[in-house]
Amino acid sequence: MKSLSEIDTISKRSSRAAGYSWGIAEEIGKNIRLLEIFSLPGIKNLNDFLNKKKNIKLENLNLITKDNNANNSEYCPVIAGVNFLDQIKSLETLSEIKFKNIAYPMLFLPFVSRASEIVGKRILLKLDEKEFLLNFNNNINSNFSKKEIIKTAENVSIKILDNEDSFNDNEWKELYKLSEETFVEENESLKQSAAGAGLTDND
Amino acid sequence: MNVPLRDPNVVMKLSRLGSFHQSKLSFLRSFLKEFKDWDYKRDLFDLNENGYGTAVFSFKKKNRVYSLICFANELDENERSDRVIATKWDTAFTLFDGVPTKLDIDRLKNEVPKQEFGRLSYKELTLSRANKSIRIFNHVVESLSNGVQPDKELLAKVGYLYRTTAVYGSGKFGLADRFRIKDRKEIYGPFRLEMMLVYLVRQFTFDQVNHVAKNRNPKKAVNLDPEICKSLGIGNSTGLGMAPFIVNHPTLLNNWIYAREVSLKKIREIKNVAITESDLFKDCLKKSIKNIISWNTESEYQIKKIKSLLKDLNEFILFLDNEFDFNQEYPFNNLYEYLEEQCGEECVEYVVSMMMEPYDNIVAPLIKKMSSEEDKYFNIPTERTVLELKTILEDKYSEILNIDFKKKENNLNFWFISKNKEEPRLANRFDENGSDLEQPLAIARDIKKLYEMLSVSKNSSTIAIFLSNNSDLRHVVRRAFIVEKFPYSEIQDNTIGKEIVPIDMLRLKLSFFGALKFDPRSDKWLRICMFQGAPLPGQLKNYDEHWVYN
Repeated sequence: MKSLSEIDTISKRSSRAAGYSWGIAEEIGKNIRLLEIFSLPGIKNLNDFLNKKKNIKLENLNLITKDNNANNSEYCPVIAGVNFLDQIKSLETLSEIKFKNIAYPMLFLPFVSRASEIVGKRILLKLDEKEFLLNFNNNINSNFSKKEIIKTAENVSIKILDNEDSFNDNEWKELYKLSEETFVEENESLKQSAAGAGLTDND
Repeated sequence: MNVPLRDPNVVMKLSRLGSFHQSKLSFLRSFLKEFKDWDYKRDLFDLNENGYGTAVFSFKKKNRVYSLICFANELDENERSDRVIATKWDTAFTLFDGVPTKLDIDRLKNEVPKQEFGRLSYKELTLSRANKSIRIFNHVVESLSNGVQPDKELLAKVGYLYRTTAVYGSGKFGLADRFRIKDRKEIYGPFRLEMMLVYLVRQFTFDQVNHVAKNRNPKKAVNLDPEICKSLGIGNSTGLGMAPFIVNHPTLLNNWIYAREVSLKKIREIKNVAITESDLFKDCLKKSIKNIISWNTESEYQIKKIKSLLKDLNEFILFLDNEFDFNQEYPFNNLYEYLEEQCGEECVEYVVSMMMEPYDNIVAPLIKKMSSEEDKYFNIPTERTVLELKTILEDKYSEILNIDFKKKENNLNFWFISKNKEEPRLANRFDENGSDLEQPLAIARDIKKLYEMLSVSKNSSTIAIFLSNNSDLRHVVRRAFIVEKFPYSEIQDNTIGKEIVPIDMLRLKLSFFGALKFDPRSDKWLRICMFQGAPLPGQLKNYDEHWVYN
């Protein structure tokens, strides 16, 4: 089994060899390591992408907007990803960000996962019919579990989710009530000697 | 009194870093301290009469066990080489996490001797190999088998029976990634498991030499005197592989240097020094002179440095004995100021190391902070502005921004990874091919380029926007924001200039390892000795922490 350190180093070097700058290659190394930690096919997708990169008409998406359309080509997943990560602070107010045609979108995913950690919000990423809930870069919930190469995603959408509870008030109150059963009722003399005892409220 | 931390523009110069010496902060010393109350055991010693076979040594405490597995193989004279291009060695080692089963040992017997071409697993923590100093090893076997101890003078000249040529860890060749073990308290502090491997290898070399002598002449042979064993360490040949490490791990580098600088600051701030403390400092300093006198090298560069160190130290000791009174306030601060005025860098840093000896209370807490969670600082704060980044560069790289990289001498060399051994190398870009595959280690040049690009960008632009047009500078943008937080994370010198002495970079790292007797064999590789004078495993429970000077 390859160590994560080897995965990081080889991904970085191969990306540099494929023409990315050292700084971008460093990002790719960290990203592929992340995908492999999450049991997603990082090396598989990167290897295929770098081998076929020269033959694909790729467009660099530098400035991310609400709607991003690469109509006659495909967006480079790395450049789109790195710019999404870099610009996340200015993008987080948008309710939804759409992309048309991203090549090898699995390589775009870890940038979005890292952005989730930076803004402290969950992000829902859809790559056509595949959904990924990115939880602060700590874990990923998905309906995609195949170890396969995804060559393209026609419709990509990103929703930065508000920090909301996943339960209703009643459920919380019921559980809170149960937790109260670990408390002990205080008698009057204990209340009198608790913190602040003997002081006036306005001293 | 508040003594400021030393200026990174002074400390982080290569000539200064290349003058560092071992200290209480050094990893091999902190390793011994941490593992002194662990149970040491030789679990397996299955060697034939010539010393070839398998051995296992372990350290154990409660449920935790670390086992060194040693494979000693017969090696043809012509195949023995310390160079990184070698493919066979006298011995090969791995440090195993736990107690290895027979199956583990059988698996590793096929992989460990192959080193870079073998595959290790998450169960193995570090990997190394070593070659005999044939002259010394044979002399010791010959002497012991005849019932006499070897020539101490000859041994002192070399200092070891074996020398390692590489020690690998942290996920190399399938070894365990650091994240698997980083929360173990006994390995807080960098390179602790690498130090354990080298320390146990040292014991293997003594047991092996005794075993071979005994087999040669069972009736007459004697064991190597434990005092002689103590006086021997493990040699090491180190090449440029180490140099990029300190550039590629800026926060780690910062934490090493920061620990040293904070120690010095706190010692200089001591108002009244107890007589036991000043006596210990003077005692270590005077005893340490023998380490300098017995420092053998043929390197003109190093001989010059040793001569100057010895001259400065002798004058400093005279000053200490005849003119200096420790009863004054802030004596270590006054001594430090004297050193900076009167002595060369080599002597200043030597005495700085020595000043730490009496102060376990200052040094010990800092040792635990010498590791780094590097990934925490990987993301670039892209919401910051061009103006802010420019200010950081002006503040943190002021001297580097004055270098003219259009001049050939400032842009003479390039760092690359060799194809045959995947090892870093340095070459002249105007004479050699391959500069188009240059590694990102020309930090000074790239920082200057970044500054030039920032200077023609809009001050209020965010770094996100700047990077969208300047992705080739991303690696140095990341570094600049790290340097903002970690003042000692960057070498304040040009690592591709004509004047670069790459062994200064090696020396810095090796001094933190705790190496002694740096012996440059060229400007690109050197030999050192580790654990020379260190207690043997059986002596660890009550050892003298100042063993380096005894």
